[in-house]
Amino acid sequence: MDSLLNTGRPPVFCPGCSHERVTKALDKALSNMGLSGDKAVIVSDIGCSGLFDTFFNTHAFHGLHGRALTYAAGIKMAKPDLNVIVTMGDGGLGIGGAHLLAACRRNLNLTLLILNNFNFGMTGGQFSVTTPQEAQVGSGFLNRLEKSLDVCDVARSAGAPYVSRCSSYSSDLPDEIEKAVRFDGFSLIDMWGICPGRYTKRNKLTPQIIDETLAGFPSCSGIVEENKRKEYSHNYREIISKLKKVDPPRGIKAEFVFPESDRQEVIILGSAGQRIITSGDILCIAGLTAGLNVTQKNDYNITVLRGPSISEIILSPDDIGYSGIEKPSVIIALAQEGVDRRRYLFSDLAENTLIIRAAGVDTPESRATMLDVDLKARGIKSQDWALASLAVMAKLKKVINADMLNAALKLVFRETVLESALELVNRVEL
Amino acid sequence: MPLSLMEGNEAVAWGAMASGCGFFAGYPITPATTIFNTLLRIMPPAGGICLQGEDEIASIGYCLGASMAGLKAMTATSGPGISLYSEQISFAIGSEIPLVIVNVQRLGPSTGSATRGADGDINFMRWGSSGGLPVIVLAPVDIKDCFVLTMHAFNLAEEFRCPVFLASNKEIAMTKESIDLDAVEKPRIIDRIQSNEEKFLPFAVKEGSMVPDFLPIGSKTLVRQTSSTHGADGYITTDSNIISRFQNRLKNKLESAIDSFSFHDSFTDENADTLIITYGVTGRAAKVVINEQRKAGQPVSLLILKTLWPVPENLVRNKAKKAKNIFVFEMNMGQYVHEIERILPDKKVKFFGQMDGRLITPRQIMEAISNG
Repeated sequence: MDSLLNTGRPPVFCPGCSHERVTKALDKALSNMGLSGDKAVIVSDIGCSGLFDTFFNTHAFHGLHGRALTYAAGIKMAKPDLNVIVTMGDGGLGIGGAHLLAACRRNLNLTLLILNNFNFGMTGGQFSVTTPQEAQVGSGFLNRLEKSLDVCDVARSAGAPYVSRCSSYSSDLPDEIEKAVRFDGFSLIDMWGICPGRYTKRNKLTPQIIDETLAGFPSCSGIVEENKRKEYSHNYREIISKLKKVDPPRGIKAEFVFPESDRQEVIILGSAGQRIITSGDILCIAGLTAGLNVTQKNDYNITVLRGPSISEIILSPDDIGYSGIEKPSVIIALAQEGVDRRRYLFSDLAENTLIIRAAGVDTPESRATMLDVDLKARGIKSQDWALASLAVMAKLKKVINADMLNAALKLVFRETVLESALELVNRVEL
Repeated sequence: MPLSLMEGNEAVAWGAMASGCGFFAGYPITPATTIFNTLLRIMPPAGGICLQGEDEIASIGYCLGASMAGLKAMTATSGPGISLYSEQISFAIGSEIPLVIVNVQRLGPSTGSATRGADGDINFMRWGSSGGLPVIVLAPVDIKDCFVLTMHAFNLAEEFRCPVFLASNKEIAMTKESIDLDAVEKPRIIDRIQSNEEKFLPFAVKEGSMVPDFLPIGSKTLVRQTSSTHGADGYITTDSNIISRFQNRLKNKLESAIDSFSFHDSFTDENADTLIITYGVTGRAAKVVINEQRKAGQPVSLLILKTLWPVPENLVRNKAKKAKNIFVFEMNMGQYVHEIERILPDKKVKFFGQMDGRLITPRQIMEAISNG
């Protein structure tokens, strides 16, 4: 296969830069694989490694600093047959650290070529995550204070199934790259190189020193046995091929007559564990069975198992404009913490507002009509008080009636849960 | 007309499905999370891809990659996530990558209140990118808009190759509401134009068009995408003339077309000399007010903007023609009002804002108007 090098745009690296060797090795690897340009995309990062996409007649994607792996993942998921090759420097490695960890854990079939030259070349040789502590770089004394990172070690711990480390001057670099590209999973090569424009101005580094230093590092030569597993996009597609299609929700048939003539607002004031939100749902669905427009707003703490729980429901034969509660028809007060969060509501209540209040709950003074119900004394558990209160409303034909409530329960619950809900609702007396 | 009960966020998800969305990636954040939850449930069984990114930057990055590979893509977050998206949004603008971004606004600044609503990001969405070029921002009022405007957002992203925001709000997104999905009038689906040129240049525009035709990465023809300042060929350029034409095109392709997508609701009363201008969930309270005012024999007109950016200037000027007093209501401390002041320099423009997690009530609007 022919070279994929873009002869119109030859490499423009500093004389002596190892990136040029990597450019040629990558081309050789792709040629050896017999790939045509449309079968590969080069996703390049920022910095000198970000120039790579321009040197090749392949698909190209040049994005933001450190984020190359994110675009690569999107492209690969969309085009699973495309060879996706990411070129990134040690700078991008640091800024995009979270993306590297994610790529290793995910095991999507991408190849990450790290052009590791131990500093930020383009901006003036500042230290990167791989800069040795003893190096003299453009960040003054700062790099002496921070330990440098062994990216292969990190990648292995993060679950990368293919990790390799080599010199950019290695004679078998094309083979190294080809093996990584052919690997069906996430592969990474940490390629050590020389930045003559910045790094070697003040630090001695030669191909020979690279070889000697590499010899002192733990060897990384490809497949990491303990991380071998299914490739992500195959796995993903296999799982989703077995999923059952989900249809849009079917509407609820309107079959009952609303016992009221206009907009009705209900607010349930309880605490976590009292099934306040579920009861709000049931009330809304009861409204749908009468062909009403409904809204439901819930208010609870982010620690969902503790604190107040409030549901605000509006049922109306007309379009519901304002979705806040202004003139509630019914307030269901089931727990002190719920009441306390809406204390401001009570001073303005009209006489025709009904407050259904559980025993032991204290509500602020108001003109509303009070209905105290000792649900506990009737042997009803706290988590059923909200539903029992809906049953009270249905018995009173206030906002809903028994037909609406029973139909809603049948739409929300199944089998034994439904049976016990219906039993509870029927048991509630005024 | 059987009604279903769902959250605004669920309606966004179904709207995305109806638009042919093939890719979603997001990172959990209240109050946007249920968009991800819903799409994860409904999209993969239909063959779509739904991912949870390792962070917000990655989530939008996945979408940009997938969009350039030809899929219609969407992401969803809230204000803190938009901050993290910012650099990628600039990329999508400058490199003409179609993308729908749902911003379910919550009370800021910063972490703010995860479960309280606000419209605090209106200017942030427009101006929170480097380069300052325009974006499209649509603002839903209710659950139906969540569905329909999501579809419009996809259409606009495809037609103009740009990021399109849906400026939702916790008060719409996490409020459950009845909707008849079948009865909703759905816009015709628009797909990006695929190039059939023999010599494809990724950013070349045909005579009479301001948007480059598209080919996906991975097609038979080679495609280049770059975040660098580029010419028609997708290679970096330093030619000021090319750069100037390019920047002007990015600005004009949206601003010159705004009249074709100035979504709004308007209730104009011939006898009214007061016009309320608002958007988002506040539009609902305003509708209540104009009905009350009409009944009381003191009619007031209302313009609810559903396209916020680019500013629909002709629409606003037209609707404001007869009005002597303009009242702008926003769930923030005063953002869009400055656009209204800018385009209506001869009118008396008054502002009422509130950003404390509470809805602006009909009573507050009524009081503001009667106090003049």
